[in-house]
Amino acid sequence: MTHRLFANLLAGLLVAFAAMWLAGAAAAQGGPLRITVTDPNVEPLPFAIPAFEAETAGAEGLASDISRLVAQDLVNTGLFREIPSTAFVSQLTSFAQPVAYTDWRTINAQALITGAVAVNGGQVTVKFRLYDVFSGQELGAGQQLVGTTDGWRRMAHKVADQVYSRITGESGYFDSRVVFVSETGPKNDRRKRLAIMDYDGANVQYLTDSGSIVLAPRFSPTGDRVIYTSWDSGFPRINAIDVGTVSRQQIPVQAGEMAFSPRFSRDGRQVIYSLSEGGNIDIWRTDITTGQHQRLTSAPSIETAPSLSPDGQRIVFESDRSGSQQLYVMPVTGGEPQRISFGEGRYGSPVWSPRGDMIAFTKQHAGRFHIGVMRTDGSEERLLTASFLDEGPTWSPNGRVLMFSRETQGADGAPAIYSVDVSGRNLRRVTTPAFASDPSWGPLQP
Amino acid sequence: MKKLPIALLLVAALAATGCNRRDRFADGAGVPAAPAPVTNPGAGSAADPSSPAYFQQTIGDRVLFLVDQYTLTPEGRAVLDGQARWLQANADYRAVIEGHADEQGTREYNLALGSRRANAVREYLVSQGVPSSRLQTVTYGKERPLEVCSAESCYAQNRRAVTVIAAGSGLTG
Repeated sequence: MTHRLFANLLAGLLVAFAAMWLAGAAAAQGGPLRITVTDPNVEPLPFAIPAFEAETAGAEGLASDISRLVAQDLVNTGLFREIPSTAFVSQLTSFAQPVAYTDWRTINAQALITGAVAVNGGQVTVKFRLYDVFSGQELGAGQQLVGTTDGWRRMAHKVADQVYSRITGESGYFDSRVVFVSETGPKNDRRKRLAIMDYDGANVQYLTDSGSIVLAPRFSPTGDRVIYTSWDSGFPRINAIDVGTVSRQQIPVQAGEMAFSPRFSRDGRQVIYSLSEGGNIDIWRTDITTGQHQRLTSAPSIETAPSLSPDGQRIVFESDRSGSQQLYVMPVTGGEPQRISFGEGRYGSPVWSPRGDMIAFTKQHAGRFHIGVMRTDGSEERLLTASFLDEGPTWSPNGRVLMFSRETQGADGAPAIYSVDVSGRNLRRVTTPAFASDPSWGPLQP
Repeated sequence: MKKLPIALLLVAALAATGCNRRDRFADGAGVPAAPAPVTNPGAGSAADPSSPAYFQQTIGDRVLFLVDQYTLTPEGRAVLDGQARWLQANADYRAVIEGHADEQGTREYNLALGSRRANAVREYLVSQGVPSSRLQTVTYGKERPLEVCSAESCYAQNRRAVTVIAAGSGLTG
């Protein structure tokens, strides 16, 4: 076992866990029930999840579906490995029954997840427990979630988020949604619609029709609105759409020929965006509540793709003022930008991590595109992907995973959404019903 | 990296999420509505020198650009000289100049580049005497390629600014 102790076991909670681990050390074959998400060499942690118990008649199907989805969420992180039920020594028959730890140690399950599901009308209740098998202890308290049968996937995601969070020490990201552009048709006649889906590609809903081009939707920080660029007036303009009511609103930005690349501020009251006037593209900020506009850059070069730091104090953006696309950081009020990208190639579409510690970007070099990350001062640049065309990263709510668009080459080339861990591991395609691009990952749902 | 406190979510009453509104549009199958028109309504006959069809086919409605450039080439300026003369002779028309980019570049940068290309054409036409009130610009970035291969032969055709003639002598809004 190579699951090494988390570097900073500072929190009292973790000290308590450490005590538990020591207590169980005699029986344990290895380290504690702990995964460091950012460790590029992490070995997936083996876990067992017997099908959740059905507490009411007819709940077996849902109980099975929920436990399968919890397992899928965990396995898809690349941090966990599920032990198949065929290997089980014992099958749990009752959620309340004491755990026979030795049976699970025998098959080397480090974590055990048990659950029970009850259905009453349209309401479903899910209970679960997480056990640290080798220390012979429950990890965290058992929990109960109540929801609707329609929303069963969310409940499974919430259970998986709890398991992930308790074992990694990070907040989860499974119960979250992604807004993106759904694309159909040939490359020279692509139709684009805004769509929203669960993080795993399930429950796709369309927010617009395909009557005009829509690009680069971005969630508001609370996830209730989406801001995007639309050509429905014939010209690029910034629109917002309420995700719940699907009502649309044009954002009244500074007058100019074209406006694009919008993002909401953390409080959702301001919008930062690019405005084109006479072929010059600069970054502006508009307060939606007061209607006041502020110009943030004034250079004759292209300034675009602004993204705010999570504390709302700084903006990272791209500019070709040096002669090629590079990344710059400036105060939210404007002012002298500082260049942070100095590697070979061109850098664009920067996005500040929700943790504040990193900036993800698209890099174009030697005919290839990459998704990469760097510290906010430009140091420690790492490229996570490479392909004919990767672009437009977006962060998971916990800042540990990125989604982006990958477009394939040639006449039949088409985009799909992929995800990759910030460590560069676990590149995965997100299954969508049609071509898909421009993902924006929303917050963890309440 | 700091340890986040474990959320004490004991009973999370989940809001109804699914509903049944997979698709709130009449064209549920994703059948697209008509695209924004890019062709010229009433283009007329190309044999008529005052027709938009003549403008498009004989004078030439587009200029091409080098990779990541928005400066006009000598060939491009020659085409635009013809466009300027036509627009001055046909004051009943206005034009929307579309700027486009090839697929080699990020979406957002290409929007900016398309904007610059469209504006380079507008500025040139204005310098040749076309009233700026009759000219509008729009960028499509890399969203509307004409040619679909991923090779320079296609890219060269996609790095373009197209002057689209529309009825009306000026812009109202």
